Amino acid sequence: MKRHLLSSADLSRADALQVLDTAEELRTLANRPIKKLPTLRGRTVVNLFFEDSTRTRISFEAAAKRLSADVINFSAKGSSVSKGESLKDTALTLEAMGADAVVIRHGSSGAPHRLATSGWVRSSVVNAGDGTHEHPTQALLDAFTLRRHLGDLDGRRVTIVGDVLHSRVARSNAWLLSTLGADVTLVAPPTLLPVGVENWPVQSSYDLDSALDKCDAVMMLRVQRERMNAAFFPSAREYSRRYGLDGRRFARLPEHAIVMHPGPMNRGMEIAADVADSARSVIVEQVTNGVAVRMAVLYLLLSGQPGESERDVAPTTRESELSGLAGAAR
Amino acid sequence: MTSYRITGARLLGADPTDLLLTDGRLADLDDAPTDAVTVDADGLVALPGLVDLHTHLREPGREDSETVATGSRAAAAGGFTAVHAMANTDPVADTAGVVEQVLNLGLAAGYCDVRPVGAVTVGLGGTRLAELGAMADSAAQVRMFSDDGKCVSDAVLMRRALEYVKAFDGVIAQHAQEPRLTEDAQMNEGTMSGVLGMQGWPAVAEEAIIARDILLTAHVGSRLHVCHVSTAGSVELIRWAKGKGWNVTAEVTPHHLLLTDDLVATYDPIYKVNPPLRTSGDVEALRAGLADGTIDCVATDHAPHPTEDKECEWGAAAMGMLGLETALSVVQQAMVDTGLLDWADVADRMSVRPAQIGRLGGHGQPLEPGAPANLVLVDPAATRTIDPRDSASLSRNTPYAGRELPGRVVATFLRGRATVLDGKLQ
Repeated sequence: MKRHLLSSADLSRADALQVLDTAEELRTLANRPIKKLPTLRGRTVVNLFFEDSTRTRISFEAAAKRLSADVINFSAKGSSVSKGESLKDTALTLEAMGADAVVIRHGSSGAPHRLATSGWVRSSVVNAGDGTHEHPTQALLDAFTLRRHLGDLDGRRVTIVGDVLHSRVARSNAWLLSTLGADVTLVAPPTLLPVGVENWPVQSSYDLDSALDKCDAVMMLRVQRERMNAAFFPSAREYSRRYGLDGRRFARLPEHAIVMHPGPMNRGMEIAADVADSARSVIVEQVTNGVAVRMAVLYLLLSGQPGESERDVAPTTRESELSGLAGAAR
Repeated sequence: MTSYRITGARLLGADPTDLLLTDGRLADLDDAPTDAVTVDADGLVALPGLVDLHTHLREPGREDSETVATGSRAAAAGGFTAVHAMANTDPVADTAGVVEQVLNLGLAAGYCDVRPVGAVTVGLGGTRLAELGAMADSAAQVRMFSDDGKCVSDAVLMRRALEYVKAFDGVIAQHAQEPRLTEDAQMNEGTMSGVLGMQGWPAVAEEAIIARDILLTAHVGSRLHVCHVSTAGSVELIRWAKGKGWNVTAEVTPHHLLLTDDLVATYDPIYKVNPPLRTSGDVEALRAGLADGTIDCVATDHAPHPTEDKECEWGAAAMGMLGLETALSVVQQAMVDTGLLDWADVADRMSVRPAQIGRLGGHGQPLEPGAPANLVLVDPAATRTIDPRDSASLSRNTPYAGRELPGRVVATFLRGRATVLDGKLQ
C-alpha cells in the first residue's frame, strides 16, 4: 500500500482487497473481551478535524486506540485555526510534535492531497473526508459491509441514491466499488448529478423505481434540506416522494438486498424510519465495520514505514501478528 | 543618450538586417554616430516592443505582491514596452487622482510605459458609473475601462458605459463572468470538476455575458473588448460578431493557450486562475482563433500574489498567475513552434493590435526609420527552465516553474534606451 490514503480513485484492486482482508482479521477483535493490539504502540495518530464530525472522529480514535497508538484530537473550532492559522502552519506544528499519521477532515476538496504532497509533513495522511471530493474510508467500510453480506463484489449491483453532486461518499464508493467489480448505478435528480458523470465507470439514472428491481444493495445518501433553497429540488416533500426509500419501494427490492446509509440519517426525508430499522438495514453494522476498516488502514500505512528504532524488526512482527490473529480467530 | 547599432537582426523573422537606434528613434543607418554601441543580434528576431492590455501591478494597496516599479521591470524582462495597469487596486483606480498616481509611478520607474485602465463603476461595485470622462481627460488619458476581476453584470449599466465612452473613443474591457452561475466557483465545470469535487465555473457563464455584450455593443454602436477569452464557445461568438462587422475585439492569455484543467488534479493552487484553465478542446479553439485573427491579441493577465496566498489548500487560495516574463515563450511554444503563427503574426498579436485597441500612440509601429525605438530582440533558439526565483516580479506564482520553455528575451529598448541588454535588466 502507498504511504497515504487520499482517495479511492487511486486505490488499486489489490490495495483495496488488502485493506478489506486485513479488516476482516481485525474485526474479530471486536468479539474479544480485550479489544486491543500492541501493534502501533509508541506511534502517534493525530485526528485533524477542520469540520465537525463526531462519528468519523470517534471511529478513527477507537481504531487507533485499539492498535495502541497515542491519539491527539485536534479540532479546528476554538483552536489557532479559528484565529486564522494556515493549514501549513497547523501541519508544521503537528510535524514538530512527531505525528506519524494525520487523519484529516477538511471542508476544501483536495486539502489532504495538498497536505500529503506539499512537503510540509513527513507523516502518512489519511483523508477522513475532504469537501465534496472523497471519503475513502467510508467507501472501504461500505465495501467491507457489502462483502460480508453479498460475498465477492464482482457483478453485484449497487444503487447509490441522493445528492451525488455534493457527496464525497458517493464519489468514493463509485470508484472503489467499480474497482472491485461491482455494477454501480447512481440515482439522483438531474440537478444533483455532477457534470460529466457519463464519463465515470458507473451507470446513472433519474428514476429510482427502475433502479431497484435487480439491485443487491441500495445505499441512501444524506440530503440536506437546505439544498432546496438553491433550487436543487423544489421541496423536501417532493424530494422524498421521488427519491426517498419508503416502505413501498423497499418492498420492491429483491429479498436478499441490503439497505445502507453512511449516516447521519434524515429519517422521513431520504429514508423512512421503518426501512432504516428493518432487519435488512445494515446501517448500525456499518459503524462497527468502520472501526475495523480504519484499524486496517492505520495498520497498513504505519506498520509499512517503521519508526527509527523498529525498522529492522517491523516486517516480521507484522507478519507474525497477523497470522497469530488469524489463528486466534479460527 | 547612447545610440545602438543592432547588427544581423531578423526583422519580424525575415532576413538579417541592421537597425540604428538614436535619439529615441529608429534611424537611417547612414546617420550612425561614431560612438554608437554595436549589439550583435545574429540569430535574433526583432519585434516591436510588446504591449500588454492586461496587467495587475497591485499598487496602490498590495505592495507586498507587486509595485508599479517591480511589475514594470518584469514587463521589460518579458520584452514589453507598454502595459495597461488594471484598475482593481486599493483604492480602486476609479478617479483621475488614482490613475494619474499610477501613471506617475510608471514614469518614475521608467522600464515601460504604464497606461492605467480606469474602473467602469465606482469601487468596482457594479452599481454606479465611475467618472470615466475625468479619467479620459486626465494626464493618464485613459481610453480603456474595466472592472476586471468583476463582471459589469448589470445589463443597463453595461449599456450606459458602452454608450458613454463613445464621447472620447474609449473601450469597455469586459471580464465576462455571469456572477450567479459562478458563485464559489473553483475550476472549469466539466468531467474534472465532477471527479475532483470542485464547484464548477461553466463555460456558459462566460459565453452568456459575451453574447449579451456583443449585442449591446452593436445596438449602441460602441466598442467592446473581451478580456481573457477562455472557451471554444466564446471564440465562436466573437467570430460571429466580427463577421457582422461589429466593433468587438478580444484577448487570450498565454496560460489559456497552453495549460488545461487536468492540472487541477494536483490540487496545487498555482493553477488556480480566473477564468479557470479549460479543456484541451478549448485550448485548440483559442489557438485557432488567435491564428485566424478572431482573437486580436495575447494579454498576460499577470496577477502577482504573495506566497501565503498560494501555499494553502485550493479553496483558500487566491486566483491568478504571473505572466509577463513567460508570455513570449509560451506564445512561441503554443503558436510559433506549432506553425500557427510566424514572427510577423506575433508582432501583430502582441504589439500592433493591442496598441491599437488601447489607442496607445508610439507603440506597435513598423520598425522603420523615424518610428519610436520601442523594440525587443528575441533568441528563438534558446531554451530555459523556469525558476520562480529568477523573476523580477515581487511574487513567485508562476505556473511554469520547472518547465522548459523556448525563446529568451535578449534585449528590450524603450524609446531607444535599453531596459534589458544581454538578457539582463539594466
